[in-house]
Amino acid sequence: MTDFLWLLVALPLAGAALNLILGKRIGEPRSGWFGFGLIAISFVIGFGASLGFFAGTSNPQTIYLFSWIPAVGADAAILWDPLSALLTMIVTGVGALIHLYSIGYMHGDDRYPRFFAFLNLFIASMMILVLASNFAVMFVGWELVGLSSYLLISFWFTKPEAAAAGKKAFVVNRIGDWGFLVALMLIFMTFGTFDFRTIFENAPAMFGVGAGTITAITLLLFVGAAGKSAQIPLYVWLPDAMEGPTPVSALIHAATMVTAGVFMMARSAVLFELAPVSAGVVAVVGTLTALLAAVIAVAQTDIKRVLAYSTISQLGYMVLGIGVGAYAAGVFHLTTHAMFKALLFLGAGSVIHALANQQDMRKMGALRKAMPITFITMAAAWLAISGMFPFSGFWSKDEVLAAAFARGGAWLILYVIGLGVALITAFYMTRLFAMTFLGSSRWDEGVTPHESPRTMTVPLVVLGLGTVFLGLFNTPARHAFEHFLEPAFSGVEQVEGLSIGLISTLAVVAVIVAIVGIIIGLRRYNTEVLPDETGAFWRRALAAFGVDDLYGRFLVAPGKAVADWWASVVDPKVVDGAVHGIAKGAIGGGERARAVQSGQVRWYAAVVAIGAVALVVFLLVLGGGF
Amino acid sequence: MPVLLLLVGLPLVGALVVGILPKKRPELVFPVSLGASTASLAVALYVLWEFEAGTPALQFIEDLRFSTILDMGWRVGVDGISLFMVVLTAILFPISIAASRSVTDRVKTYMILMLVLEAGVLGVFVALDLLLFFAFFEIVLVPMFMLIRLWGSDNRRYASMKFVLFTAAGSAFLLASIIGLAVMTGAQIGTLASFDIRNVLAIQLSGTAQLLLFLGFAIAFAIKVPLFPFHTWLADAHTEAPTAGSVILAGVLLKMGTYGLLRFNLTLFPEAAVRMAPYLAILGVIGIVYGAAVAIVQPDVKRLIAYSSVSHMGFIVLGMFAFTTQSLQGSVFQMISHGLTTGALFLLVGMIYDRTHTRKIADYGGLATVMPVYAGLFLFAAFASAGLPGLSGFVGEFTILVGSYLSFPVMAIVAGSGVILAAIYLLWAYERVFTGATNPKIEGLKDLDFRELAIMAPLVVLIIGIGVYPKPVMDRVEPSVELILDRIESATTYQVPLVGRSSAVVDIEYGEFDVHEGGEG
Repeated sequence: MTDFLWLLVALPLAGAALNLILGKRIGEPRSGWFGFGLIAISFVIGFGASLGFFAGTSNPQTIYLFSWIPAVGADAAILWDPLSALLTMIVTGVGALIHLYSIGYMHGDDRYPRFFAFLNLFIASMMILVLASNFAVMFVGWELVGLSSYLLISFWFTKPEAAAAGKKAFVVNRIGDWGFLVALMLIFMTFGTFDFRTIFENAPAMFGVGAGTITAITLLLFVGAAGKSAQIPLYVWLPDAMEGPTPVSALIHAATMVTAGVFMMARSAVLFELAPVSAGVVAVVGTLTALLAAVIAVAQTDIKRVLAYSTISQLGYMVLGIGVGAYAAGVFHLTTHAMFKALLFLGAGSVIHALANQQDMRKMGALRKAMPITFITMAAAWLAISGMFPFSGFWSKDEVLAAAFARGGAWLILYVIGLGVALITAFYMTRLFAMTFLGSSRWDEGVTPHESPRTMTVPLVVLGLGTVFLGLFNTPARHAFEHFLEPAFSGVEQVEGLSIGLISTLAVVAVIVAIVGIIIGLRRYNTEVLPDETGAFWRRALAAFGVDDLYGRFLVAPGKAVADWWASVVDPKVVDGAVHGIAKGAIGGGERARAVQSGQVRWYAAVVAIGAVALVVFLLVLGGGF
Repeated sequence: MPVLLLLVGLPLVGALVVGILPKKRPELVFPVSLGASTASLAVALYVLWEFEAGTPALQFIEDLRFSTILDMGWRVGVDGISLFMVVLTAILFPISIAASRSVTDRVKTYMILMLVLEAGVLGVFVALDLLLFFAFFEIVLVPMFMLIRLWGSDNRRYASMKFVLFTAAGSAFLLASIIGLAVMTGAQIGTLASFDIRNVLAIQLSGTAQLLLFLGFAIAFAIKVPLFPFHTWLADAHTEAPTAGSVILAGVLLKMGTYGLLRFNLTLFPEAAVRMAPYLAILGVIGIVYGAAVAIVQPDVKRLIAYSSVSHMGFIVLGMFAFTTQSLQGSVFQMISHGLTTGALFLLVGMIYDRTHTRKIADYGGLATVMPVYAGLFLFAAFASAGLPGLSGFVGEFTILVGSYLSFPVMAIVAGSGVILAAIYLLWAYERVFTGATNPKIEGLKDLDFRELAIMAPLVVLIIGIGVYPKPVMDRVEPSVELILDRIESATTYQVPLVGRSSAVVDIEYGEFDVHEGGEG
């Protein structure tokens, strides 16, 4: 089966090309089904090739395809291990459901085939990123993912906000990519190769724990990860990315694409193990991001923006997991989050669809009866993200927090903050759920909500099942998930497990926290009249504490002023002026000559004559030389 | 068969035929011109096909001495570096000629100039005789000047004049240096002078002589590249030139500068090159950041692309003077890639200019709704230019950066910020021209027709082709680059970093886990 893994890239790429070129001929809905079919086949291939890892009979292997850039020893090759297998299944599995959902959701759009072309391109890019056997090829996928997200966010480019949001996402990501790029330069200088296995096998022998080189490399990698996985200070592109078609591209920016940074750091676990300082930075930034985004999410009124900030917050948990050295736990949360966040976005899309493109939660409410399937599946996702036992989010979030707890010492601060974030999360998700499905109806006049078509509800149900049961694969009693991933983290010491008693205590604390958050939320929002939310805190949090403005005022504006100054003063006056001056001095009266329209040839001759003079000088100077 | 004579001669023959075409048959001008440049392309492809990879040796050598006492003559040949410059030139000319359908004024003269220009550029890249090189280098100047002067837009007088003055000033230094070098070579082999580059390569030069000659060549080439701060002619010339002029200017004329640096400055004066390398590399890095920043705020699409060229050419110079096998290969690759991507951008700007006669970004808006295919191609070219992986620009810039880091880490890091700036200027321009509500002024424009698509198709295929599979190019470039580095190493105390070089590459075996020892940390 592994012989066919290259198809995971080739199939979606072919789909993208065909839909791009022949999309108009293929037409709606065939182009959608075509795109979906290719991703479904990809999932089957990926699943089939993973069977050996489930059974524990396969070893990781590298599959060589072709030599890409020989100058830097970068080969197009696939590293097939449990980590890439897992991500393959998430990306193609969730991806296939997105495609299926979009067949109905994008119905009637002028550029329907193009949308599927971009979706396919996105999957192909993710697969390059995930399957890469070296940093250089991973960077290729990394950048192509940025391209596809740009195309999807600005899909409705006639809306200026959508076009601006796409550009912002790409540019902010490229700031992170700069860090990644510098990391790559340093990696090549240090190891003479980009190959994962060579690097990870040699690094521990070459460097002691805390070595400066590895610390630098890992910090730079984290800069890249902070871009893609929306961490402080580069998270600002993600909320704007909600301008993409509702909610499909949003889902990409929630369930799959943004996990790329977490995946990249998990892949580089060996290096982070050698760099405790970097790991500490990663953990702290992750925790703070989780906290900040959760607080902002509390005050949002647009249902998609709540989910966007909640994504940033949950990514913070995953990053915290990497930082505390609980790589498998971080990846486990990535997996469950992919399920329940995909579900939340598709559910939100279903709601928005039903209310004639209404995204303001203050104009929702009481949708429970009108949309039963959406309601029930969303309920599962709500409880999962709130950390309710026994839903998937409970198990994975708990793993991350328990790992922070187990490190003890100053790490306990991170644990406490993480627990606080869990409380806030339960609260704002309850707010979202109650404002949407419970309480009184506040719909615009003339709107009659209805359940969505089958292509949209089937993905909801599939993801709902995953949301409910996925967590059971990795309970503290039976770490099936961690065992599955073990070969990918060979050579990495996982955090020591806690005793079952202590784990149970932590779990009980976590569930209490979740229940408290939910109860507060229900009491406040499961009401006939919504509470007044116009106070200072609510206004500031709604405006995301003005971070965008700060960036605009202190980074963008000065940067543009410098560019303007260079373009309008330095270049024409200083640089060009100097050259003009030299020319004037050398030729004498050059300005006058330029006014003489017919004089060019004479001038040319004059300049060559000066050359001849220079030649004589030259020969005189060099006279001693021969 | 004198293949290279055919290569250079065919466009000239074409020019001659166009010249004697009867006035009554104006419809023949275009097919004859296109035919002549396509024939030259066929020869170039033959050279590419027959070229033996894996060796730095000069191939297809033709040696016809005109004068014994001056030791000068028709001496041409190609190595792995000039090979691709020849092919790039031979590809861009038929495309540019095909894109000149909108020229209606004095078509005959226009085509003659284009064909003479082609012969000149091809001559520059194959010449192995210094005087021959200089002759071609100068021949190029005249038709380019006329193209800008006669077919340019509003400010063409100023632009063409500036172009000539800048380049001619550089030529003066070049001529002086060439004669000086030839005389010194002649003195050592017993003739009055010798322009044969193979003889020149063999002589010993004092340190001072090397430095002076290096500077003489460097000034001429730096103006051509153009390297900061000699770039101000470029924005005007690019902007005012007709479409084909911009394409050729950016696509191949600028490469004459970087090619010259590689062929003469690095090869002939290794000692001086090592001494001057940091300064030139710094100018390259300044160009990268400065050019990109200035590009961001340009109100004119063509000026924007012109300044982006300053940025991209900066990468090439940085890689060249970082003296590592990776950075040099990257530089040569980037020369090819920049020709394709910037050529594509200028062609596209020309296509819209033909329709609207404005290059002002502010005159557009929402163009993607009106011309979706055009918008898609423009976005493709923009991302290719911004170094998106999978396309040609990435391979060049990435290899340059990784390689340059080994010699000049800080400069490579600063240069890396160019990837951010490139995303800003290209995507912001795209946003303002193509997205949002459609500007009423551009309503109803026709999307690209078959001819225009056919013009773009080869560039798109090549940009993807060498971006995904650059190996065939790299395999031919590498030996020539290694030879230059070998010369530098044997002539100076400079040691090329071993990292990733064939002797130091860590052996990687596929399909099984095996532990590797060491590395060079």
